[in-house]
Amino acid sequence: MSKTITIEPVSRVEGHAKITIQLDDQGHVLDTRFHVLEFRGFEAFCEGRHFQEMPAITSRICGICPVSHMLASADAGDRLLAVEIPDTALLLRRVVNLAQIVQSHALSFFYLSSPDMLLGYDADPATRNVLGVARLNPELARRGIRLRQFGQSVIDIIAGKRIHPSWAVAGGVIAALSPEGRDLILAGLPEALATATSTLEWFRGALDNHTMEVDTFGHFPTLFLGMVSPDGTLETYGGRLRLMDATGTIIADQLDAKAAKALLAEQVEPWSYLKSPYYAPLGPVDGAYRVGPLARLNVADRCGTPLADEELHRFRARASGPVLASFHYHYARLIEILYGLERIGQLLDNADALGTDILARASRNRTHGIGMSEAPRGTLFHDYTVDENGLITRLDLLIATGQNNLAMNRTVTQIAKAFVDDAHLTEGMLNRVEAGIRAFDPCLSCSTHAAGTMPLVVDLVAADGSVLQTLSRPS
Amino acid sequence: MSVTTLTMNGTLVSAAEGATLLAVAREHHIPIPTLCHFEGLSEVGACRLCLVEVEGSNRLQAACMTKAVEGMTVTTNSETLRSYRRQIVELLLAERNHVCAVCVANHTCELQNLAVSMGVHHVRYEPQAPQLSMDASHPRWILDHNRCVLCTRCVRVCDEIEGAHTWDLMGRGRHTLVISDLHEPWGQSESCTSCGKCVRVCPTGALFEKGTSATNKDPHFVTYLKMAREQKLWNR
Repeated sequence: MSKTITIEPVSRVEGHAKITIQLDDQGHVLDTRFHVLEFRGFEAFCEGRHFQEMPAITSRICGICPVSHMLASADAGDRLLAVEIPDTALLLRRVVNLAQIVQSHALSFFYLSSPDMLLGYDADPATRNVLGVARLNPELARRGIRLRQFGQSVIDIIAGKRIHPSWAVAGGVIAALSPEGRDLILAGLPEALATATSTLEWFRGALDNHTMEVDTFGHFPTLFLGMVSPDGTLETYGGRLRLMDATGTIIADQLDAKAAKALLAEQVEPWSYLKSPYYAPLGPVDGAYRVGPLARLNVADRCGTPLADEELHRFRARASGPVLASFHYHYARLIEILYGLERIGQLLDNADALGTDILARASRNRTHGIGMSEAPRGTLFHDYTVDENGLITRLDLLIATGQNNLAMNRTVTQIAKAFVDDAHLTEGMLNRVEAGIRAFDPCLSCSTHAAGTMPLVVDLVAADGSVLQTLSRPS
Repeated sequence: MSVTTLTMNGTLVSAAEGATLLAVAREHHIPIPTLCHFEGLSEVGACRLCLVEVEGSNRLQAACMTKAVEGMTVTTNSETLRSYRRQIVELLLAERNHVCAVCVANHTCELQNLAVSMGVHHVRYEPQAPQLSMDASHPRWILDHNRCVLCTRCVRVCDEIEGAHTWDLMGRGRHTLVISDLHEPWGQSESCTSCGKCVRVCPTGALFEKGTSATNKDPHFVTYLKMAREQKLWNR
């Protein structure tokens, strides 16, 4: 008799989702689906508003990565004004975006995913959370919290507010960085760097215990999309996009947001609110691509900072071509934290950092503009069409998590086939399915949810709809 | 100049003849909330937030429109007044689309400040959520009807200080709209001198500058301008 296993909600991710696993008559996994159950409607209610309000409005989409939305939106605004923003404005936007990546990666790794790695996938769910980490390895938990705090404080110092700053605007930014602010950031860098390097050491040591997860948590060929600078170095803001295939061949390079988006198409599934973009020339199966830390490190020639490049070398030694294992999103995330911190130091060590030429003033000069930023979870596009007065007539947001949707669905199928067996259904097996999703650090609602406290109910449903077995995790 | 003596909140206070109750209260540092009132502009009594109780009168009076009279007994703060004022703020918030989190006037908005000072953390009335437009046709500023509270400060400053009378009102009740000239796009207005005074005196984010994510208004400049012209004192 065929059965369906439902994991709802998926815990320790940002947002609400459920996973269904369809079993065949023999109890083997037939198919899986990753459903995103939220509907936000931002694209509809921004219509009629002025494009210069968009950085402040769209940053409200997310409490974890508001900076990414603010910066992608401001970039789209720059296109509508048809201006090149001052060097200082670009530099400061880059620093704030890196700080955003550092704090979000710290949240993903230390708060959401380290419980699985430290306590084990089969540990009691009541302790398999950040509090459990704090009990078992208080130093790791403390450092993780401090690291996230550092990233947040950089955003606060430069943009004036930790969450939802209204600082980047079309044409530049509205506040310069003070010498005191720069010194405060630079003073915090050594401790943050020490945390990043020691965590990487610990992670490398723990990798040997996770070979099964590395092989099954979304290990398959896809395309990779990420931002690079003109010379191919890793970049997270104000760069161009590069698309690479699973063998390491560069398919397209130095694409601006408009050219890149023209290459993408979207597939809509009736069972999920999350659309599935793919590289149009190859179709939805072969055109599936991944974005985010793993993709960025795969497509870039180098990080461009000494410690991160050293680690990137070790990272690349794990595969003959691009690293295909989605489990290594965790590894890539830690390398990006290191890169982000080093790069913040490099950028702030530049005379332009304290410049006061920060805003290019202009009227609307175009009616269509696409902006982008590398959000912690991957490339984020903001696509605005406006009328002659600058009021939005069409708004299209392509978020990173959506672009990983096809890969996340495949990941769930791969893990379910490897671990889920009708005859021996355990909570640990289902947690592995969730953990596969967690490796992508999806931001489903783009809103903050407490870690590890969401209730999990798994129903085994027979073909006739009757519940055969229920596993529940207390909230 | 003759002096009027009256009782305000149980205390004897003196006032210049013809002074409004609001002016008397301000002179004696007695707080009365206001929204449509603006120092230097004429009074219209539109917002009703400055309602006070006057002994012998069975209805509440707007302090900005009521003259002080010899022997008058006035209460500026009571449970009834607080309740009415709170309701007025809630009704204003429910009438159009006031979303502080994404408003350019967040933290500089007089309506928001009033709500905070009165402890309005929830609105008990059904939000009307009208579909109102924005006029972004002016090169420098935007008019967003969604955030307009119809205080008419912009109408009065344009007429009384700038002398252009670009702004006026159209329609009645909650359908009232501030319009420029004969309801033409602001950017096409022939009377507008682009002086920006209306933007400065707007208490909310209804009138704001393009290109900034937050308003940085200096409303006191208009009061200064008026006093300076009248008294020939140009020191700020």
